[in-house]
Amino acid sequence: MVSDKKTPGNNSILIEETAFIRCVNNTDRGWPKRLEPHTGMPKKLFYRGRLPDDRQPTCAIIGTRMCSPYGHRTAFEFGKKLAEQGIQIISGMAVGIDGYAQEGALAGGGTTYAVLGSGPDICYPPSNHALFEQIPEAGGILSEHPPGTAPLPAHFAARNRIISALADVVLVVEARLKSGTNITVDFALKQGKTVFAVPGRVGDHLSDGCNYLISQGAGIAYSPEAVISELLSLPRPGRSEIEASASNRELRRLQQERKLLQDTSLTENAKKIYGALSYEDTAVADDLVEQTGIGIAAVSSALSLLVLKGYAVETLQGFYQRADS
Amino acid sequence: MYSRISSAAIHGLEILLISVEADISDGLPAFIMVGYLSAQVREAEDRIRSSFRNNSLPFPAKRITVNLSPASVPKSGSLYDLPIALALLSSNAQIPPDALHEVLAVGELSLSGEINPVNGVLPIAVKAVQSGIRTMLVPSANAGECGNIPNLRIIGLHTLKEAVSFLRYGELPSASPAAEQPTDTTVNDAVDFRDIQGQALAQRAAEIAVAGFHNLLLAGPPGSGKTMIARRIPSILPSLTESEALEIAQIYSIAGLLDPLHPEIKNRPYRHPHHTISPQALAGGGRIPSPGEITLAHRGVLFLDEMPEFSKKALEILRQPLEDREIIISRSAGTFRFPANFLLLAAMNRCPCGLYPDLSRCTCSPQEISSYMNRISKPLLDRIDLTVQCKAVTYEELTAGKKGSQSSAEIRCRVEAVREIESRRFRDVPWHFNSEIPASAVRDFCRMDSRAEHTLAVFYELYSLSARSYHRAVKVARTIADLASSELIRSEHIEEALVFRAFDQPSPGQRVKPLIKSSFSGQERQINHGFR
Repeated sequence: MVSDKKTPGNNSILIEETAFIRCVNNTDRGWPKRLEPHTGMPKKLFYRGRLPDDRQPTCAIIGTRMCSPYGHRTAFEFGKKLAEQGIQIISGMAVGIDGYAQEGALAGGGTTYAVLGSGPDICYPPSNHALFEQIPEAGGILSEHPPGTAPLPAHFAARNRIISALADVVLVVEARLKSGTNITVDFALKQGKTVFAVPGRVGDHLSDGCNYLISQGAGIAYSPEAVISELLSLPRPGRSEIEASASNRELRRLQQERKLLQDTSLTENAKKIYGALSYEDTAVADDLVEQTGIGIAAVSSALSLLVLKGYAVETLQGFYQRADS
Repeated sequence: MYSRISSAAIHGLEILLISVEADISDGLPAFIMVGYLSAQVREAEDRIRSSFRNNSLPFPAKRITVNLSPASVPKSGSLYDLPIALALLSSNAQIPPDALHEVLAVGELSLSGEINPVNGVLPIAVKAVQSGIRTMLVPSANAGECGNIPNLRIIGLHTLKEAVSFLRYGELPSASPAAEQPTDTTVNDAVDFRDIQGQALAQRAAEIAVAGFHNLLLAGPPGSGKTMIARRIPSILPSLTESEALEIAQIYSIAGLLDPLHPEIKNRPYRHPHHTISPQALAGGGRIPSPGEITLAHRGVLFLDEMPEFSKKALEILRQPLEDREIIISRSAGTFRFPANFLLLAAMNRCPCGLYPDLSRCTCSPQEISSYMNRISKPLLDRIDLTVQCKAVTYEELTAGKKGSQSSAEIRCRVEAVREIESRRFRDVPWHFNSEIPASAVRDFCRMDSRAEHTLAVFYELYSLSARSYHRAVKVARTIADLASSELIRSEHIEEALVFRAFDQPSPGQRVKPLIKSSFSGQERQINHGFR
């Protein structure tokens, strides 16, 4: 455990008894510059790995813990695309959007930082232990709490102010109207940060929060490039880039469909079922029976075959949609 | 003077023949009962005294010793009233001494001398025949239970008087009016699969489950028809063989659950205990254990509605019986072995509010969902062969008033056909259903073509199946192939079976690694698994 008495003032970075956990004071040279202008920031930070680079752009990707498969995919893709451009991804390593965005950042070979509500040596939520192990190698795990601090509920709301303060842009992927994500957004607005939100469909409760933010003037994250251009002060992607990106996706989908049609290992039923599936919505076997008129046994077997061949994914057991390559 | 008569002790589901001896000797008047007796048995003295007096039978003012041997077996219950009374009468020269030769008696006496019914008469009769007993005296209310057991004369008695006159003069008691006319009011099951619209997947799963006797878990939001389907399962259960019916009847006789008017078992048992059930009531309990719900569901269905609401202790008890198909209970009185070969049928919601995975309506936090799912341990989930996610019924389906596509009779017909195949397949082995094939024999009994093997191999990798879930999938595929009357398991049967695999990732926090090496394309491919 760390105590104030043991931290000598002139020794900027010291290695604690708990190996690899370091501590930085707000008077030290290594203290993140982004935290300086704001009030209510902690006096010291404990971290594993390293601290965010002051010279590199940073983006916080946040959102609901209970996300949809769409939110999962979007968070992963934004995390990956932004990280590939050298943008540092800040998040809370929570279940849902936070964790998926950071997984995306790791998959993109970028840097990512997690600000925890517990000590930097305690993995919370435990289900994210893989991220907990990998993040220090590609960035850092930060906390205002000394090692050994339990993940108390009050810590989580408070750590959000650090997430928003460390970011240049805060991106909300999926949030309900009443969501913990609003706490971070409020901090970000008070701190004068730019807020972006991924638009969602009307009537989709998980996107209501995002759509509301947009109506209040938040930036619209209609593609990763839109956020990247804001962060890197690049010109906003024009119609042509968006079209290119969209047609790229269309092309990939078309290619997949063509491949499917020529795939001789697929049965006719499987092809029909693929036609009834969509990229956006999940369907259960019963829906497909109704839509195609194929018997349940054949539908089940076709669904398994499509998953097996990589044409469909089972997002949650019993729920299927087309695989986006 | 000394005399003896046979009776029986119920030791779990095992019947032991007991010899009831009475001896009347000179000395101070006393009534001594020995032989490892429970308090219930000792109460017999007072009932016998009163019933003798009320029937003008002499109760000798002498030293009476009653012994129930073997003395090493604990005896409980009220079934010894009649044999003790008859042994007393015989040693008091009220009944000719040889009249009790090769006679077995059970029954409870009332103070007026009426003979009240007792439990376990059928298995006692079966055991009696094997031990060379020729005549069995039973309460008249129990006489129907052991209707046609060869080489055994069953005498149903209403009163002690009748017993005495039968043993003295061979006078047969008049048959009771109730037993005379077993009015055939076979309950016509009003529920039918035709009442269900949609839910094709769940209906299909029910058909597979019943045909191969596979355990089935129905998950889904409230009102999606889980319970409705579960209640219709009895209407498609395969019929009982004679030996199965006798096995069930013996268990029910001991549990006292046989209907005296319709004692013969025609349908497979269907037990649906409430979720407040104690572990003992589920497994069987007591000093001398009586059969629990899992034994009462033997060769039938045990339906656990709202499975996560059952106590963890009660649920974990199911693990060993699901594997061994019997339960062994050890108590101070001994070790008892109860058969428990049942089809586990369970229904549950996926979260406390019940609406998950409908994220626009579910109000539960991820922790609540995962802790709700974690109430059912992974080893227990792993023992459930078929898992189905039911869909909420839409308004159109609710109000259309259409009839379902198939009736119970049609499904049952297909089930019986599979049953036929199974009985031929398992001619030389002790199993009855596909689900009972042990892992070591899966290869011999579940032969599949090469494409099916390949499919299974790919899925094994893709979903990182456990060895147990692998075998379960093969056995389910065996039943699916049987339903399609296919000797060989083909690829499509394996594919269908894998749709029903268990919730292998119960909490939404868990997920597979974002990159999975796909073994069939040789390329790395991203798989979006939603919450995994």
